[in-house]
Amino acid sequence: MANIIVEFSKYAIIIFMAFYTLECFIVFRYHSEEERNGIYIRQNILMFLIHFISFVVLCLATKNSMLIILYAFQQLSLFATIALYRVIYPRANRLIINNMCLLMTISFIILTRISYEKSVKQFKIVIFSIIITMFIPYLVKKIKIISLFPLVYGFLGIAALLIVMILGKVINGSKLSYSIGGFSFQPSEFVKILFVFSIAGLLCKSTELKQIILVTIMAAFHILILVFSKDLGSALIFFVAYVIMLYIASRNWLYLLAGLISGSMASIIGYQLFGHVRTRVQAWKDPWSTIEEAGYQVTQSLFAIGTGGWFGMGLTQGSPDKIPVVVSDFIFSAISEELGGIFAACLILVCVSCFVMFMNISMRLEDTFYRLIAVGLATIYGFQVFLTIGGVIKFIPLTGVTLPLVSYGGTSILTTHMVFAIIQGLYISEHKKLNLKAKIDLEQIKN
Amino acid sequence: MLHFKKNHEKSNNANREIANITYLFVALFIFMLGYFMYYIGISSTEAINNTYNSRQELLAKKVIRGKIYARNYEVLAETLVNADQTETRLYPFGNLFAQAVGFSTKGKIGIESLANFNLLTSNAYASERLQDIIEGEKSIGDNVVTTLDVSMQQVANEALGVYKGAIIVMDPTTGEILSMVSKPDFDPNKINELWEDIYIDTEEGPLLNRTTQGLYPGGSTFKIITLLEYLREQKNNYLDYSFNCTGKFIKGDSVINCYHGISHGNVDLMQSFAKSCNSSFSNISTGLNSNQFRKTCNDLLFNQKLPVSFPYAESFVPISASSSVNEVMQTAIGQGTTQVTPLHMAMITAAIANDGNLMVPYLLQRVENYNKDLVKEYKSKSYGKLMTVKEAELLQLFMEEVVQSGTATILKDSKYNAAGKTGSAEFSSNKTESHAWFTGYACMNDKKIVVTIVLEGAGSGGEYAVPIAKRIFDEYFE
Repeated sequence: MANIIVEFSKYAIIIFMAFYTLECFIVFRYHSEEERNGIYIRQNILMFLIHFISFVVLCLATKNSMLIILYAFQQLSLFATIALYRVIYPRANRLIINNMCLLMTISFIILTRISYEKSVKQFKIVIFSIIITMFIPYLVKKIKIISLFPLVYGFLGIAALLIVMILGKVINGSKLSYSIGGFSFQPSEFVKILFVFSIAGLLCKSTELKQIILVTIMAAFHILILVFSKDLGSALIFFVAYVIMLYIASRNWLYLLAGLISGSMASIIGYQLFGHVRTRVQAWKDPWSTIEEAGYQVTQSLFAIGTGGWFGMGLTQGSPDKIPVVVSDFIFSAISEELGGIFAACLILVCVSCFVMFMNISMRLEDTFYRLIAVGLATIYGFQVFLTIGGVIKFIPLTGVTLPLVSYGGTSILTTHMVFAIIQGLYISEHKKLNLKAKIDLEQIKN
Repeated sequence: MLHFKKNHEKSNNANREIANITYLFVALFIFMLGYFMYYIGISSTEAINNTYNSRQELLAKKVIRGKIYARNYEVLAETLVNADQTETRLYPFGNLFAQAVGFSTKGKIGIESLANFNLLTSNAYASERLQDIIEGEKSIGDNVVTTLDVSMQQVANEALGVYKGAIIVMDPTTGEILSMVSKPDFDPNKINELWEDIYIDTEEGPLLNRTTQGLYPGGSTFKIITLLEYLREQKNNYLDYSFNCTGKFIKGDSVINCYHGISHGNVDLMQSFAKSCNSSFSNISTGLNSNQFRKTCNDLLFNQKLPVSFPYAESFVPISASSSVNEVMQTAIGQGTTQVTPLHMAMITAAIANDGNLMVPYLLQRVENYNKDLVKEYKSKSYGKLMTVKEAELLQLFMEEVVQSGTATILKDSKYNAAGKTGSAEFSSNKTESHAWFTGYACMNDKKIVVTIVLEGAGSGGEYAVPIAKRIFDEYFE
């Protein structure tokens, strides 16, 4: 009996995920949240079904009764998140909430599959993050003076990165972090948000050359510190966010071109200068010839994805534990191996849908500062997804960044929740403003 | 109010840039998605089959390993399920296909490695597999049908006898490999007991498939390549070539001797090749353009990857613009540091026999489920031209002359037409020892086969390798 459930559950999960993903894009056909209501409810049902079936399989396979309790708490917290947002922020964007919850669900499933202990630890962080970030949309609405201290954010960020560079310990040769009470803490994750606020604050005042030079110096400090900390993935994300925010603020495509050229040149110099960059590039070009050394990680990932195929091995039927750092950088490979290539492709599309919705929201924002923040955070999110998935499928060289909301890792989770909450806050405040404007217009017409 | 309006217009216009960035990212994601799906759908087969992929073991828990068949459906390997549910892999022909079929329990080599994923995948009827899942039984894995021919393998194996060496037989018009024998060999049925001994035995190297992975100096068989280069450089006046052989050729302080110091007297190009005159070929080499020589070698797939899907060693020719005269002379007669596999020599011979067109050598013909329904068919495919039709025809004439009046006259007066080149490759400072080479082809009516033979330390190719070729040709055209 257990065999049949394990074998056929994977097809059910794929079908539900495919429908969920389809709904993610159908949403864009409707313009008001009221019209989208049916879609959102269907998405919630599909998400709960995926969660439920997966945990039935996990319970049957591991015979660990603790999983039932874990499932109940997870289910409760997902439901509470959706319900609380409905109550506290009725104007919130529900596609973002749903996608956030789906990504968390996938994270719960795959982490529980790989390690029960890690899953429980991750769950605690998620609960903490949800509670903390629940206040953020409210704060975004209330605090009007955020845009006034861009230099403070910038210097705070630089200071944090500098401290890590000097005091931090090396993990995996490239990532630097503090370790607090068993939770490893990566400041570069938080600094991403500070960085976006700093650049947005500077650029919303003026886009004259003098100001752009100031912004560039600020960005350069961040990026250089990261480069010297050997955290090239983060350096790349900061750089792309800076270039795109500059382009949006200045509305001059030459800045985009200049960014592209200087980025390419920096990559070439980086390739010449750093041995670990060369190793990664070579491991990307031909991982098979260095399968026991530099190419080990990516070939293990390719074995997992390839052997899993379109439909996956089925939960608990693969061997994701053979992939190095599977819970963080290579979580996508584990998902593709056990839940299947179709499921993984849908996961990519869900992330794309999140990104498009972020950008969509930024277009509606009238205040330049808020608009830049939305674009900056959306870029950071989208580009990070691109880097991590592209890396593990050998589309681009590995950079060692996490898949937001899905990968294991405290700072990554908390930061991504903050990003989602800030954008949610911007969306809600704009909504209110538009309503207010409509009221004024209406009154003017009456008069 | 005016201020507000101005701001509003500005922001609407600015949406164009945000839209551009959105499109840019979406395009990036679409490319990535396309790459991902291409990988899963098409290019992942190679990764899955990689011997480092330990996930194949997971499949073994659900599927009983399939059979390996020879081309006429003789069983080369099958799995027996014992009463206690343990499995035994059986190789009915014992030593005969040792490296070609290989084994699957101590790591994997040969076809057991090449077709591992197919053997561990079940394409039995869905209803049966459903039943297997319900009952918790293993499904029956797919069978693979190879291109190997049992009778050809037996003849080649017997003919090789006690010698160490390699024989590869292939069909030049399709690329099918009919036989690959490598000695010393071992009994794959006893691999678990033998493992400790043969694993460490690097000197004899019984695990090494010498046909594809054994690198040997090419000896005089390499003169085929030197001849092709000469024909390319002297398109119009190669017929005018003549040379007076005194048994050795001296240039500067390098001396090249003919085999056993025999002087061939006055020879033209045809006789130089047929009699395998080292002195004459050294003489020819001194006039060759090293750059073009290298290019010709590269055209024939030296110093690069071969277009085959099984493991092999890369052949190597040291020739370049900076090569010394001595190096060029040594290379021209297949000595020096030149190294070539029997497989590669067979591929060059096959291209010549097939009018310049190389058919990619292959071992797997079909994958079938256990009910003999076709799952996958491997069609023969062309790699492309290694040389022009005219060049191939010329080389055919030269190689026929080797049989008519040269070092392979044993093959004369058969019911088939044979052609080839012998070689005696010195491999140590002791000039009395040499590997006996023969590479050639024979045809009768529409049938054509290529045979390449290396006997380690046997002596001259004409004396030792050609008779073996004759036995194989006789068997094939019987």
